Amino acid sequence: MTLLDQPAGPSASVWPPDAHGPRRDPAPLLPDPEPFRLLGTPAADKLDPELLLDLYRRLVVGRRYNQQATTLTKQGRLAVYPASTGQEACQVAAAAVLREDDWLFPSYRDTLAVVARGVRPVEALTLLRGNAHHGWDPKAHRTAPLSTPLATQAPHAVGLAHAARLRGDDVVALTTVGDGGTSEGDFHEALNFAGVLNAPVVFLVQNNGYAISVPLSKQSAAPTLAHKAVGYGISGRLVDGNDAAAVYTVLAEAVEHARSGRGPVLVEAVTYRLEAHTNADDATRYRTPDEVEAWQERDPLAVLERHLRAHDLIDDAGVAAAAEAAEELAAEMRAEFHAEPELDPMSLFTHVYAEPTPQLREQAALLAAELAAEADAR
Amino acid sequence: MSTATATPAGSTTMAQALNGALRDAMREDPNVLVMGEDVGTLGGVFRITDGLAAEFGADRCLDTPLAEAGILGSAVGMAMYGLRPVVELQFDAFAYPAFEQLLSHVAKMRNRTAGRLPLPITIRIPYGGGIGGVEHHSDSSEAYYAHTPGLHVVTPATVADGYGLLRAAIASDDPVVFLEPKRLYWSKDDVTPGPVEPIGRAVVRRQGTSATLLTYGPSLPVCLEAAEAARAEGWDLAVVDLRSLTPFDDETVCAAVRATGRAVVVHEATGFGGVGAEIAARVMERCFHHLAAPVLRVTGFDIPYPPPMLERHHLPGVDRILDAVARLQWEQ
Ligand SMILES: Cc1ncc(C[n+]2csc(CCOP(=O)(O)OP(=O)(O)O)c2C)c(N)n1
Ligand SMILES: [Mg+2]
Repeated sequence: MTLLDQPAGPSASVWPPDAHGPRRDPAPLLPDPEPFRLLGTPAADKLDPELLLDLYRRLVVGRRYNQQATTLTKQGRLAVYPASTGQEACQVAAAAVLREDDWLFPSYRDTLAVVARGVRPVEALTLLRGNAHHGWDPKAHRTAPLSTPLATQAPHAVGLAHAARLRGDDVVALTTVGDGGTSEGDFHEALNFAGVLNAPVVFLVQNNGYAISVPLSKQSAAPTLAHKAVGYGISGRLVDGNDAAAVYTVLAEAVEHARSGRGPVLVEAVTYRLEAHTNADDATRYRTPDEVEAWQERDPLAVLERHLRAHDLIDDAGVAAAAEAAEELAAEMRAEFHAEPELDPMSLFTHVYAEPTPQLREQAALLAAELAAEADAR
Repeated sequence: MSTATATPAGSTTMAQALNGALRDAMREDPNVLVMGEDVGTLGGVFRITDGLAAEFGADRCLDTPLAEAGILGSAVGMAMYGLRPVVELQFDAFAYPAFEQLLSHVAKMRNRTAGRLPLPITIRIPYGGGIGGVEHHSDSSEAYYAHTPGLHVVTPATVADGYGLLRAAIASDDPVVFLEPKRLYWSKDDVTPGPVEPIGRAVVRRQGTSATLLTYGPSLPVCLEAAEAARAEGWDLAVVDLRSLTPFDDETVCAAVRATGRAVVVHEATGFGGVGAEIAARVMERCFHHLAAPVLRVTGFDIPYPPPMLERHHLPGVDRILDAVARLQWEQ
């Protein structure tokens, strides 16, 4: 028998001393081992049909958005596009559960969540179009810029949520991280801060099984990613990320939990990215067509549509109407992106500081002279 | 003979040369291993580690969790135990989470253990712009590393150097930050690797008599192009490729500057506090009486790297280099 195998002796109850507390019962924080599901279960019958129809319409728009952005990329209108195809339930639910005065801290793949927040696609996609680093007004939309360095925005969400608390506002911050992003130190520091500060934050982990080519099995040895919450004294929840009703319900509960001061929540949504990592990626190098096909079966849009049809909540006309609304968004995207963006090279020198340094003024003058000479030559 | 050496002249890309260097180093020394995000099954996002997992197995070409501090920090432990890790950090700006490990441990371990714990780690970082990358994919971060004692900082500008310098970096018993110019990954040439030369020597890529361009990495082809264009203006420009920022080859640089009496430093990174400032100062200190004009710098502006549609205005180009050459006080 080794030391570790020995049963706890009587000293276990007095060690560690109280000063080293708090000691909490982890049981209420632990996620259920099975992802929470609603569609296809008896509980689904009790769901509000209006909510389901609303989610359906949002998913149809979301899918069309992904398709259109992908097409625009092929046409050279976007520099790169990380599609969220297959993850639309997570994307639209993340936006749908937030109040207007709540904040979203998206990761680089989450432009659909940003659009679902009310930002115009041309602004949501500015970074990926390549004409500027960022499109929308973050304060007006209570939506932080897309964060490309993975998980680095998670501590920001904690800080903002804590600040809102200090101000007496019942504002919640929701941040999205990928399965790969949960390995980054910033993710863990954010969870710990959220736990210690009891900040009203929701961490949504979209576990799509891969970080580019790296499968979850090489990413983490945790029982589930939701378990990562528990070590920080935070509740972990596991949900089927392709069941729009379930994602919405779990996220809405998590937001309410955080808003009411009961603490942060980490939600792991199990989902799948049906497209490659980006248009520049070759997914055949690391996953099989069979695997992708199996997940097509669990496409969140198809899952919800099957449910609605089976329960006579939608007919062909309803489906067509949803598609028509999505077409409007796609048409708007085509019109916006086929026009050339306005580019001002002199904008390189604005907003580096509140006031440009003398050196920047000098450099701006140099570029202005070059541009003038270029114009003369033409 | 590696695959990189066996291919016909002019048909090897820098990406293939780097791949060949990794393969040859792994074949020769079982202690060499490659680790990083997506380096195994995928072969790296730039395919620099293509085929290594297949040939050497997953343990010697390790797909790591997505955590740069963890990657470099665990490489430190591996090196302490006798391995020679070659770490890939996927992009310049994604190396920053590993900064703590790099500055506080990798750079200092030899010094603080009085030589008992050298760390033969190679840290490969694709760097620089000009590839239409979005935010955080085009940084030139060499000055941070060059400013840190204990790190070698090396950057190849030719296909042959892609092979030779990477072999030398892996062979070095000191940590080497190996900066790979992304936009030269697909440049082609022939590779004729000789014995591995230690790092630290600059090379004159083009002889000239009027003025000397001092450059490295992604700016070398731009400088060579500028030197061609300068002939029309009556200038015969020499071009020096530094290859290694640390150690710095004062000898070759100063000889090349003394030969012409005029110098322009060219790099893509922002100018303020940049490597160019160090180079200009060293030349001024050593060659003052040979200089006919102050040493000038042509660099990126002092701004965050621009979005892809505007990056051409930021990057030093042929015209900006020629404008600088024109300001070298020819009227005297
Ligand atoms: C700090 C950092 N390291 C590396 C990268 C490069 N990178 C971009 S996306 C990605 C994979 C992300 O995987 P995951 O977090 O699962 O999100 P997903 O792409 O699946 O949405 C990597 C490694 C990055 N953006 N930031
Ligand atoms: Mg993922």
